Amino acid sequence: MRAPASLEVEGLVKHFPARGGLLARRRAPVKAVDGVSFAIARGETLGLVGESGCGKTTVSRMVLKLIEPTAGRIRLAGTDVTHLSPTAMWEHRRRVQIVFQDPYSALNPRLTAGTIVGEPLENFRLATGREKEARVAELFARVGLRPESMRRYAHEFSGGQRQRLGIAKALSVNPDVIVADEPVSALDVSVRAQVLNLMIALQDELKLTYLFVSHDLAVVRHVSHRIAVMYLGRIVELADKHTLFATPLHPYTEALLAAAPVPDPARRRIKRAILQGDVPSPVNPPSGCHFHTRCPYVEPACRVTVPPLIEVAPGHQVACLKRAVGGGAEPLGRLS
Amino acid sequence: MNLLEVRDLKTQFFTADGIVRAVDGISFDLAAGETLGVVGESGCGKSVTALSILRLIAPETGRIVAGSIRFDGHDLTTLSNEEMRTLRGHKIAMIFQEPMTSLNPVLTIGTQIAESVVRHMGLTWHAARERAREMLELVRIAEPRRRLEEYPHQLSGGMRQRVMIAIALCCNPQVLIADEPTTALDVTIQAQILDLMLELKERLGTAIILITHDLGVVAETCERVIVMYAGRMVEEAPAASLFARPRHPYTRGLLRALPRVDAEGETGSGRPRLEEIPGLVPALTRPIAGCAFGPRCGFAVERCHTQPPVLSETAPAHRVACWEAGRVAEAAA
Repeated sequence: MRAPASLEVEGLVKHFPARGGLLARRRAPVKAVDGVSFAIARGETLGLVGESGCGKTTVSRMVLKLIEPTAGRIRLAGTDVTHLSPTAMWEHRRRVQIVFQDPYSALNPRLTAGTIVGEPLENFRLATGREKEARVAELFARVGLRPESMRRYAHEFSGGQRQRLGIAKALSVNPDVIVADEPVSALDVSVRAQVLNLMIALQDELKLTYLFVSHDLAVVRHVSHRIAVMYLGRIVELADKHTLFATPLHPYTEALLAAAPVPDPARRRIKRAILQGDVPSPVNPPSGCHFHTRCPYVEPACRVTVPPLIEVAPGHQVACLKRAVGGGAEPLGRLS
Repeated sequence: MNLLEVRDLKTQFFTADGIVRAVDGISFDLAAGETLGVVGESGCGKSVTALSILRLIAPETGRIVAGSIRFDGHDLTTLSNEEMRTLRGHKIAMIFQEPMTSLNPVLTIGTQIAESVVRHMGLTWHAARERAREMLELVRIAEPRRRLEEYPHQLSGGMRQRVMIAIALCCNPQVLIADEPTTALDVTIQAQILDLMLELKERLGTAIILITHDLGVVAETCERVIVMYAGRMVEEAPAASLFARPRHPYTRGLLRALPRVDAEGETGSGRPRLEEIPGLVPALTRPIAGCAFGPRCGFAVERCHTQPPVLSETAPAHRVACWEAGRVAEAAA
């Protein structure tokens, strides 16, 4: 039997209650995540990509157990962690760590860098005193920071160095899974490359599992092994990165790839925008396939039936009715 | 013919840490109807260049200390505030990154567009509102009559940026300065806005200065590109030439550090190491002796640390500020 996935989520749903208007009347909930399933193997990176409001951050928060799912299950190395006792939660907090987007607001300005990185070691009673200091020094070296910088404060570091501190802090407690939510979005290109290289090297060495959340297709393509594309709370396509970029099967993936700017004027397109209009509100998402209001291939059935996420080729899942009904894995073709 | 000529522009800010040389002697031209990209990382001076052209540097924090900005027979650095006010939003218009903070939350969309038309074109409020409706149609906002009565918070991010474009273009400016106009937008909306800007440029003949950190956006929209580093211009070239044969080590480094959606020959799930640019951007409070990029540059020789390189033409219309440009070009070939 295959080893259980390092991280697995199944049918994850999150509805946020919305209140508003006079007397804070209860309104329809915001369906932030509407049935999401995926599994990530040990040492693998799953990229979760989509535009604002697609639910990618909500998924990552549920995995971190910062918020409770409305429905669905989360498993860590085969063990169900959907509902945990306080003691078990303690252990979950150690095993699943986060690297934040904004390294400026994620670090306590009143603590030295050494204290920030060493704090989790004390909190989880993994090391104290000299042993802790030795471990912190080792972590600094591991993420490419000079040991002298342990005595400095967060504001004395550049954006890239702060992100290295954030990574060192996450690594300090030997986690199994790292959830990275837009970890390089706030960084300039030259520094972004340094941080991405570091994250990949650490993963290969320590067999870490990454859930890498980003809106940036180029970054996701670079770091991920497999990629899940989300739209309005649902995964519309999931495949290994090469397949996804070479043969996108969902019309939304196709449009997303077409819209991403390419740094090569020779490949300039006459018209970039395939999709018209905005993403609909998750408070009142469209019926049937959430994408049907913007889809260039829409058919009457799409307005009624929710397309299931089905495997159309080995490891390639897509949620589109045109694929379900004998559409197979041929490109839709009108775009691109 | 050049619409705008910037010469040896220097803009400095006076802070507790000393003088910040945000823009440190840059010169460039903008031709009528042209799209010029200004690209660089945080703190390179690209936004300050735009603010200097519009004379929007707050006098209590900084000022233009040297250079000239020729536009329409005037030197903008010597115009009075009142003269600048008649020019700004009329002959030279600007759109910013965050449309929500640039729009007034308590005025309707219609009022905000009409305001500019009344101020600059002397139309009546009635005629100006009609002009506002036309502009909303031009930027392809559905149901323009209804939208005129709405407030900014009722619009999506993409629609707000369309309104900003409508305000910027309502007085037929000759130059539109767009500072990171799509950075806050999702990629499918970004594509719509870039398409719209280029289409309107063709129709109205407006020259565009597009300021961005995104090399992809530059490659897809600009005819000519200026690369800035630490307040200086390091390279200036037609877009095709710059991306095909970058001649400055910084430009070359940036392009090689970039993860690409169009990564070629990459199969399976391989993750090749990205090239890094070692080190950090220099502090702009201290004078820089030689080339500002010297300490981070793999091509640097003795002279780079003592003599600032001058911009010189190495290929048609391709100018680069690098003593070792020849070696960089060889390495690229």
